[in-house]
Amino acid sequence: MTDALEPRLTRNWGDPSAVGVDGYVAAGGYEALHEAVGMAPADVIETVKASGLRGRGGAGFPTGMKWGFVPTDTGKPTYVVVNFDESEPGTCNNRELVEREPHRLLEGTAIAALAIGCQAAFIYVRGEYLWQSMVLERAIEEAYEKGFLGADVCRSGARIDIVLHRGAGAYICGEETALLNSLEGLRGQPRLRPPFPAVEGLYASPTVINNVETLMNVPDIIARGADWFRSVGTEKSPGTKMVTISGKVERPGNYEVALGTPFRAVLEDLAGGVLRGRPLKAWTPGGSSTPMLTADHVDVGLDYESLAAAGSMLGTAAIMVMDETDCVVDCAARMVEFYAHESCGKCTPCREGSWWATRVLERIEGGHGREEDLPLMGEMGNNILFKAFCALADGTASVINSSLLHFADEFDEHVRLGRCPLKVVHAEVLA
Amino acid sequence: MTVFEGSVLADARAIIERYPKGRERSAVMPLLYLGQSVDGMVSRDVLREIGTLLAITTAEVEAVASFYSMYRLRPTGTHVVSVCTNLACKLRGAEAVYEAAHRSAGMNRGQEVSRDGLLTLHEEECLGVCDFAPAVQIDFANHDAVTPERMHELIASLRAGEMPEPARGRAFASFRGACRVLAGLGEEPSP
Repeated sequence: MTDALEPRLTRNWGDPSAVGVDGYVAAGGYEALHEAVGMAPADVIETVKASGLRGRGGAGFPTGMKWGFVPTDTGKPTYVVVNFDESEPGTCNNRELVEREPHRLLEGTAIAALAIGCQAAFIYVRGEYLWQSMVLERAIEEAYEKGFLGADVCRSGARIDIVLHRGAGAYICGEETALLNSLEGLRGQPRLRPPFPAVEGLYASPTVINNVETLMNVPDIIARGADWFRSVGTEKSPGTKMVTISGKVERPGNYEVALGTPFRAVLEDLAGGVLRGRPLKAWTPGGSSTPMLTADHVDVGLDYESLAAAGSMLGTAAIMVMDETDCVVDCAARMVEFYAHESCGKCTPCREGSWWATRVLERIEGGHGREEDLPLMGEMGNNILFKAFCALADGTASVINSSLLHFADEFDEHVRLGRCPLKVVHAEVLA
Repeated sequence: MTVFEGSVLADARAIIERYPKGRERSAVMPLLYLGQSVDGMVSRDVLREIGTLLAITTAEVEAVASFYSMYRLRPTGTHVVSVCTNLACKLRGAEAVYEAAHRSAGMNRGQEVSRDGLLTLHEEECLGVCDFAPAVQIDFANHDAVTPERMHELIASLRAGEMPEPARGRAFASFRGACRVLAGLGEEPSP
């Protein structure tokens, strides 16, 4: 099923010249922008709506609908903000998409700008992606030189400027309202919604915030049409999805698959199976924030609906694979430690909950677990889930709740033995 | 002003120009990188002078600087070696790499700077290079699939005054040099 897929976002990955503007144009790049400048903005939005494109950053919100919410008659400027803060543990597809074809992102961004009448777009790139930001800087320069950006986009008279803004190491800035605060020169803490960014976003003006992969789908949708876009994927999750698979697999990497592709096909056909043929133990379907699944779920389709039905989420489609030699308690402790480190500190359940959960998980892993720790963990998970301002806290709860749900025996064994039953094996994993 | 003067002040003004009129505060993050590229850390002077440039208080600047992990509020080595130990890297042996970095650098856990002032070690959250785990950055340039042995070599190169070739992109001369690029100013013109 996966080998039949005609690559879309990755079709020029074999061509090193696609990183430059000439190579991108030679491969048909910027044709969609030429088309879009001749369209009424409402028609651009209608086409994206008809394609069924959903946000690829995790939430899966319909992109065309998001654009349609932006009022253009408020007398304020409108803004497009590109979320290139890719920080969800296990996720790195935006990085490679930009490394290989930065102009596809600029083209998608420019089309979004035309759709909502925006003259100034911002790309918020995480600081650690320093090389990728340099690739983008160069691409932006080239796009200005060729008239794809600037005062007269494709000789249409429309003005679109793109400003690159680098983050500085904060996972929370991937949350769209925290990103806006960061871009405004504040601490990256999330804002209360409503008002939603579509109405009051950057500088209290109507704003569209889209993920990199989302925007990179837009040029093809304009050039080839909504029906073409829907010809792969599922009815409710059309199109392809970039999947990052990492951890204990033979060939970690970024792969493009049709939405709905079973996890088994990605694991076995693309990633070459579990490292050294060991049995699969657990996997996250969409980064560490999405509830982990087990070997019982290998035939689940990677799309929004199927994963929800399996008790998890598509998230960023970042699959991290753990094999039978990996200790779930140890892995959960490290994942929760991440949320403790990245909590912005605004809400008590998140700030305190993630910190205490890390302590308890480390205690269990270190062989000092108490019998009451298991119900305590369960209680903590439920006191964090949906109890904080933004979804960061829910990531903590996902790790706790899903590891307890699927691996309660392993937690019990730690407490009973007073040690990690896998510790010795674990040290030898890559030996 | 002691940090933002001369050509650095001109750079600061160019950074402020990137943002819409009346929205100058947006420049605080790149200005912090610029200050860090001059002082090697975000010093009190950097905080105060950015406040003056943007007409906000020192406390407001510090609130931003202290929120983000890439701003260094304490003395920092010439090179910053960052090791990701988040799950995807941990599963491929990152903890041993982080341990090896300490051994090679002759540093204890929690020690900020090596005795010769050359190195700062940093345990990182996900660096977005899960496909080539364990991921390491030296002054924000990537090194892929690093083993403990490779970590010893990398640190030996830095000790010998050589910047190891990164996996993609290019190496910067130092942490300060990388911060200048992070401010969006490109690399320091060679003398």
